[in-house]
Amino acid sequence: MRPIGGHVKDIGSTKNLKTGGWRTFKPVIDMEKCIDCGSCWIFCPDMSVIRKDGEYSFNYDYCKGCGICANECPTEAIKMVLEEK
Amino acid sequence: MPYRGYKNGIGGEVMPVRDVLHGSRCVAEAARLCDVQVIAAYPITPQTHIVEDLAELIANGELNAEYIMVESEHSAMSACIGASATGARVFTATSSQGLALMHEVLFIASGMRLPIVMANANRALSAPINIWNDQQDSISERDTGWIQLYVETNQEALDTTVQAYKIAEDKNILLPVMVNLDGFVLTHTIEPVEIPDKEEVEKFLPPYEPQVYLDPSDPMTQGAFADPETYMEFRIEQEKAMKRAFEVIRRVDEEFGELTGRSYGIVEEYNTDDAEVLLVTMGSVAGTIKEVIDSLDEKVGLLKIRVFRPFPKEEVLKALKDAKVVGVLEKDIVIGLGEGALFSEIKASLYPSSYRPKLLGFVGGLGGRDISMDNVREIISICKKAIKEDIDEVHWIGLKE
Repeated sequence: MRPIGGHVKDIGSTKNLKTGGWRTFKPVIDMEKCIDCGSCWIFCPDMSVIRKDGEYSFNYDYCKGCGICANECPTEAIKMVLEEK
Repeated sequence: MPYRGYKNGIGGEVMPVRDVLHGSRCVAEAARLCDVQVIAAYPITPQTHIVEDLAELIANGELNAEYIMVESEHSAMSACIGASATGARVFTATSSQGLALMHEVLFIASGMRLPIVMANANRALSAPINIWNDQQDSISERDTGWIQLYVETNQEALDTTVQAYKIAEDKNILLPVMVNLDGFVLTHTIEPVEIPDKEEVEKFLPPYEPQVYLDPSDPMTQGAFADPETYMEFRIEQEKAMKRAFEVIRRVDEEFGELTGRSYGIVEEYNTDDAEVLLVTMGSVAGTIKEVIDSLDEKVGLLKIRVFRPFPKEEVLKALKDAKVVGVLEKDIVIGLGEGALFSEIKASLYPSSYRPKLLGFVGGLGGRDISMDNVREIISICKKAIKEDIDEVHWIGLKE
């Protein structure tokens, strides 16, 4: 049932709202060029860059495609690619 | 002076108390009778008496409420929303520019489904600056999702404010209610009023039991974000609640009638049987029209719209179906459309029906210009002329040209 007035009893439920659908361009990383500086991970405003054991990937459930990661990348390892269905 | 619902009957019998009061005082007394818990309001003419009287009631210990001092009406409504979200019974009052300043927050109160009750002392909007009565202020807020009730007398102002809480807090409604009373015409005019006994009102209106409320020991979110996937569904829920409100408004009014002997209906039909000319209006000018009707030997009736939101299409159609001419007198103007909002909505309500009375719109009383009994007679004569010939659809009454 939809809660009246949008009241939410389930704390932290914002994570259920997958905002990735807002995206037009998606970031794609070329690990050959990556120098593991962590800039993309630091600057991502939605915590959608996943950094694990020197490997980088993206959480496309929440990445809105803003392109900040690609802009900050010093080696141009991240490219923004038009996402088509 | 024992004028606040004391038990003054023989042998301690519970009796309503009669007094002569300003409309503003009536609204404040209603808030006292309803045991409101939080008040956040900012003074503005001609509403000032209401907030002054409430402050006095609290200072005298006759009303146990938290009075939040604010620096604007925007803050007043925002504070009311916060207080209501914690489950408190909340009251505020404003007028004109103050209501306009609340505009964006009014949507939040209704969208969050908070049963706030607000009195609005109807007043013209600037510019030119004008503190006198018309109904442009509340008419301009007609799409904010608030239930809007308009009253004719001080007694009705008191009674409607009490009823408003029972409507707003109904768990199938949960919408804020705006009680509109004409500035000065009612707020500053003294009329005989019956004040219901407080214990009787407590039986009629038990303490507010919120379904959900903010509680630090059991956290929750109110007023959350809704994206394009979910927003529309919340809006239609508001519309459905508005539709359901008719039934609740009717039931609450009947229950109030059982308690006090006074009920008002969704609309009031006055002398409408077999009336060829039917006038329609809202608010205190209904009293002037009734006086004129009583002095006539002709078949002229009045439909007083008490509930403007939700708009009572069915009741309007039922009242208008036998009239030859319908004249809508209102104290607002939709600039650019060239007619009043009530006139437009009545016209729109008639379209799907087979009734085709001649419809005339009368714009009058803007910025406090008096609508006299002579003006009402003039309106009736224009309506009668329309039975025989084609005349302009909209007329400005009392205009100096």
